[in-house]
Amino acid sequence: MIALPPPKPEILARRDEIVAALLALLPADAVIHEALRMRPYETDGLSAYRQMPLAVVLPSTTAQVAAVMRYCHDNGVRVVPRGAGTSLSGGALPLEDAVVIGMMRMNRILEIDFDDRLAVVEAGVTNLGITKAVEHEGFFYAPDPSSQLACMIGGNVGMNSGGAHCLKYGVTANNLLGLKLVTPQGDIIDLGGDHLDAAGYDWLGLMTGSEGMLGIVTEVTVRILRGPEGARAMLAAFKGTEIAGAAVDAIIGSGIIPVALEFMDKPCIHACEAFAHAGYPLDAEAMLIIEVEGSVAEQDSLLDRIKEICNRFDPISLKVATSAEESMAIWKGRKGAFGAVGRISPDYLCMDGTIPTGELPFVLKRIGEMSVQYGLQVANVFHAGDGNLHPLIMFDANDASSFHKAEAFGGDILKLCVEVGGCLTGEHGVGVEKRDLMHVQFAPHELDQQRAIKTAFDPAWLLNPHKVFPLLDAA
Amino acid sequence: MSDLIAPLNEAGVAAAVREAGAMRAPLSIEGHGSKRGLLRPVQAARGLTTRGLTGITLYKPTELVLSARAGTPLPEIEAALAEHGQMIAPEPPDTRGVFGAELPATIGGIVATNLSGPRRITAGAMRDHLLGIRFVNGMGEVVRNGGRVLKNVTGLDLCKLLAGSHGTLGVMTEVTMKVLPAARASATLAIAVPDLATGVRALSAGLTSPFGVTGAALRLDAAGPVALLRLEDFPDFVAYRAGRLRDDLAAFGDVTVIEDSAAIWRDVRDAVPLGAMPEDAIWRISIRPSAAPAVAAALQAAFGARLLLDWGGGLVWIAGPATEAAHAAVMAAAAAARGSFTLFRAPAPMRAAVPVLPEEAPALAAIGARVKAALDPFGLFNPGRMRSSL
Repeated sequence: MIALPPPKPEILARRDEIVAALLALLPADAVIHEALRMRPYETDGLSAYRQMPLAVVLPSTTAQVAAVMRYCHDNGVRVVPRGAGTSLSGGALPLEDAVVIGMMRMNRILEIDFDDRLAVVEAGVTNLGITKAVEHEGFFYAPDPSSQLACMIGGNVGMNSGGAHCLKYGVTANNLLGLKLVTPQGDIIDLGGDHLDAAGYDWLGLMTGSEGMLGIVTEVTVRILRGPEGARAMLAAFKGTEIAGAAVDAIIGSGIIPVALEFMDKPCIHACEAFAHAGYPLDAEAMLIIEVEGSVAEQDSLLDRIKEICNRFDPISLKVATSAEESMAIWKGRKGAFGAVGRISPDYLCMDGTIPTGELPFVLKRIGEMSVQYGLQVANVFHAGDGNLHPLIMFDANDASSFHKAEAFGGDILKLCVEVGGCLTGEHGVGVEKRDLMHVQFAPHELDQQRAIKTAFDPAWLLNPHKVFPLLDAA
Repeated sequence: MSDLIAPLNEAGVAAAVREAGAMRAPLSIEGHGSKRGLLRPVQAARGLTTRGLTGITLYKPTELVLSARAGTPLPEIEAALAEHGQMIAPEPPDTRGVFGAELPATIGGIVATNLSGPRRITAGAMRDHLLGIRFVNGMGEVVRNGGRVLKNVTGLDLCKLLAGSHGTLGVMTEVTMKVLPAARASATLAIAVPDLATGVRALSAGLTSPFGVTGAALRLDAAGPVALLRLEDFPDFVAYRAGRLRDDLAAFGDVTVIEDSAAIWRDVRDAVPLGAMPEDAIWRISIRPSAAPAVAAALQAAFGARLLLDWGGGLVWIAGPATEAAHAAVMAAAAAARGSFTLFRAPAPMRAAVPVLPEEAPALAAIGARVKAALDPFGLFNPGRMRSSL
């Protein structure tokens, strides 16, 4: 189990005074301090970890966020920012002596400009909410994490969220123009703007993926894109994971970058098929979902090229959607993958390492061996084009030894990802979950360099001090 | 510069930095020095160049990844990529013409200045394609950040912080880039528009079409303004989209489809159509595209600015007299459009006398000073390059 920094006794002792001060700064309904009402904030998408906070505030404006931050800074009170709480790495896990700043009330869309291809939204607007606000003109916001119905853009910035379509459209960092941010000291600053590549240091780039350690984002200016004429998916099933991996290499080597290229292994195919009845081939060892975009003729042309490439790898089956409905059917199983695994196992851990794509067969083989060794089942779903692996490790949370084994198994998978040249996390963030593995990827002085940047923003380490970096003995 | 240290490997760079730290003797950091004239003159008696650190260290075409030592000349990397039909998608400019440099840019220099060409509008900037770096910090330590995989959110993103930091935060010794397949075919629609504002609207119409425009520039030719929209993909796709766009954009002016347009975009990339005189100063303003007509009008009125628009109107190249009055007009136009400016080229005394980048708000400037100190505590790297205080 992960360790949390010890609470400051003097802060816990001052709890009533702190709540009273927060009530003076915010409307009464924006301060939550009763245990029962704070309960929903004790955990996030990584529900194995729980911790009740000191208090929760729900500001409606940037000025309110700044007032709370200034008060907490001046009084040495720790702060944990929270969006929708969908983090799979414990990114929103509170501390006993911390005030949680929940951003869900800042959910207004402030500006949409199609000609300039941008939208300005508050941090609590959901990822899908941006697309919903612009899709009537044929536009969309590109990054599409699986949690996009619920997750908020502020959290997407914090974690630099990706999605199934980032092979073509990039991740959050590639789709931002500007941020409004409250610093740990309570100052309001603007980074970037409503234009590309502001001169000066790339604060926007540093802030994206900083996991709420450097400031709290209150407004985001995103790029919106005009969608293609259409999109269509195909399914290709193979006799081996190595063969499917070679097919992926051949597709990309041919100069085609599909808009999505998803890989599922046999356990995942079976779980999804039982759940979604998408018509997936149960005899396949590996399956690819490949999506292309363009006019109908362009889709046909690209799918023909990809089919021709797949045919070189002795596929078990190739199924090309002939309509939007058939595309949706192909995607149905993949999109329900986490739920499908949830149906066959009481609990699962979703890992998120990235590997060089050429290492896929080796890594899947090693994961299979570890699965036997740990006695835990694993299903693999994988963004094949960019090497982002999502092994789902199945366990039973009611059995403590099962959970500890699952954690150790997950840790071994991530160490393997680093060993083959990859990284601990591709899109879920380090959070608390992978914090103590950071030394696997970074040398001590490299972590110290990153810590020094955190210190430059937050000298007192009040903002999310328990995330990303292994706790220092001195802390 | 009287004294230029040119280590042949990363350990040599680290040793040179440690030595400079011990002496508290600042260094001017460069690759080939091709952009020495960019931003403010550096206040350092000695220089440190990465030009001795050369060579591609990893290239996996099917994994879309390439690593090279920082001093590797860009043309060498582009040639290696071309052999596999790939490219650095942001098409970084060749600034030899603008700065009168002889040697081509190094990959380290292009990343450190985060300069991107026309494809930036849809493909992203150099910093968006930077996957990993190795750099020497001000303590002389070799630090890695990012990696060699396409998706990585492990820890703070120092890659983006160092990209565009103009060598003021660390000395990059190796960079890893995401590379992409180059298109098999391209075509350019040239629209003879009646005025600049109509031209910007034509570019917007192209960029808000579903046809995947990869370049959107406006050239102010002697014969009149020309809006340029580039399409890149498989030949049959390009032909189809060019036909559709030509119909859709006919209302903006006469449309010509140019099949072989590589030279047109190379020129736009390198700001050739700007037509800057040798004695002119050159600026770049980054704004939201719809603000371009007002910015252009203000600068033409202030000093008869020569202009070239890229990025759908979001990037305005400006040439004009190297005077503080012209600079003040550029700063005012950028501020009015809530945009950002860079004094890209000017005589050294002018670059030393004026802000070459927008000032930061006090709270941000304070953070910036602390970040600089966290990476370069002795103030060794390129002092004065970006701001007189940093």
